[in-house]
Amino acid sequence: MLTDFSLKWDKFIVNFIDKGGYKQVVDGLENTILVAVVGLVIGMLIGVVIAVISVMPKYPILPYAIQNRFDRFLDRFPKKPLLRVVSFYYFFYAIMWILQRIPFILQKICSLYVALFRGTPVMVQLLMGYFVLLPSMGLKVTAVQASMLIFGLNSGAYVSEIMRGGINSVDAGQLEAARAVGFSYSASMIKIVVPQAIKNILPTLGNEFIALIKETSIIGYAGALDLVYAFKQIGTSTYEYTVPYIVLSVIYIALVVVITIGLKIMERWLAKSDRRR
Amino acid sequence: MIDVVDLHKSFGDHEVLKGITTTIHEGEKVVVIGPSGSGKSTFLRCLNCMEDPTSGSIIFEGEDIANIHVDINRHREKIGMVFQQFNLFNNKTVLDNVMLAPYCLGKKKLGKMKKDPSYTGPKTKKELNAHCEEEARRLLRRVGLEEKASAYPSTLSGGQKQRVAIARALAMNPKVMLFDEPTSALDPEMVGEVLDVMKELAASGMTMVVVTHEMGFAREVGTRVLFIDEGVIAEENTPQEFFANPQTERLKTFLSKVL
Ligand SMILES: Nc1ncnc2c1ncn2[C@@H]1O[C@H](COP(=O)(O)OP(=O)(O)OP(=O)(O)O)[C@@H](O)[C@H]1O
Ligand SMILES: [Mg+2]
Repeated sequence: MLTDFSLKWDKFIVNFIDKGGYKQVVDGLENTILVAVVGLVIGMLIGVVIAVISVMPKYPILPYAIQNRFDRFLDRFPKKPLLRVVSFYYFFYAIMWILQRIPFILQKICSLYVALFRGTPVMVQLLMGYFVLLPSMGLKVTAVQASMLIFGLNSGAYVSEIMRGGINSVDAGQLEAARAVGFSYSASMIKIVVPQAIKNILPTLGNEFIALIKETSIIGYAGALDLVYAFKQIGTSTYEYTVPYIVLSVIYIALVVVITIGLKIMERWLAKSDRRR
Repeated sequence: MIDVVDLHKSFGDHEVLKGITTTIHEGEKVVVIGPSGSGKSTFLRCLNCMEDPTSGSIIFEGEDIANIHVDINRHREKIGMVFQQFNLFNNKTVLDNVMLAPYCLGKKKLGKMKKDPSYTGPKTKKELNAHCEEEARRLLRRVGLEEKASAYPSTLSGGQKQRVAIARALAMNPKVMLFDEPTSALDPEMVGEVLDVMKELAASGMTMVVVTHEMGFAREVGTRVLFIDEGVIAEENTPQEFFANPQTERLKTFLSKVL
């Protein structure tokens, strides 16, 4: 048994070092981390935007300057119904009507987006995106680039829900106080509410990152060279999978441990900047 | 300064303000009292349109700010507001709390400088920053908290937070200051320091509208007292007359409970 394992180990070492299998592993590690990091960054950007849209006030309203211009413009039209029809009054009125409801329309689009990406497996999204949608749009991208995009879009749907919880966890008085000193709604969100929300959800975002690191293990199905793919190839070339898969698991565990420690340090640092200074 | 004309406010079916008409003149210190749930906060929050009035108008500097087509942000810069729960920006230091709004406003003006020949303020962002910081430190000194400039709000006591909140509101050079029960969330020993700041502010000539349960403050500082009950101004008078000769039965009952 033991000699059996040491035989397998020797086989692995020969393939890993002497035949240069480590090069693939290094490339695979790089791609795994790259897809997870870029995916999280894209996901956060999308998540913040969706979250802010979903907490926007719902009643129809336009920024005062645009509304005023519309009012002055529409005032110049004739009052008689028939003349209004021929002068396109109702056309411009409809444009204003739609513009006023942009937040509402955006909210609907966002919830459709979230439902779509949370309702299907990320594997399906990857295959669909890389083999069907991206080529049909005439876009030539590598499998790794496609993976970054798909994982970004996917985690955007999850981060938006986390982010919305974060925004709701910020006391409503913060937004009120910002509005009271004259900040617009968007400026108040950007300067005061969202930074506090992000800080509140950092631990949860860390978990999302850890989940993402592991979920990216499927990008091999799109032909991207990641950790799993690299070790699988080593296994295939020697017909021996035990050691490659054990080493693969150890690398994943090490990655997660390092990220966890990083998160702990960041949390402690944030807590400090919160308390005494 | 602020003309309130037939102000109504409903939340759904619940009509909170049922027609309030009054004028707040320059330099006045209007104290608003009344039973809990009578609509005092709602009235105050309508004055800077934190709540949009259901009907009626709020005329400020000749413009009806209740009209949703008016740039409310521009007017809010001129109406300072102090909250019961302080609402300091938790992610900013005390100094940044005070200088954030003037700095951002200044930056906007800086951007339009080339188009506006009458512009005389700071010419660069650096100058603007220095200018705003100096002004913020002056205000912090005025409320006695200059040494806390680099502290975060979570490290301050309630009284200190409220004084910073007053400094933050003052930093925009408001024409009028609104206070919604500024001392109600404070431990008793901290009420005095906040009231002192407000008294100093009153003495400097600031126009103030104060919702409070501090009858002593109403007597000493107020120039007019409004009694709001069930969504209307049930009675208003000078403090002396208001407390010595209450006219309505409702006010008599209310005063007998709180005094
Ligand atoms: N955002 C809101 N939505 C629904 N109802 C509200 C809202 N704000 C206030 N109300 C209701 O309006 C009424 C008046 O509230 P308001 O806060 O103005 O009273 P108040 O006189 O300030 O009372 P207190 O002395 O307790 O602060 C209350 O019945 C309250 O429940
Ligand atoms: Mg109140």
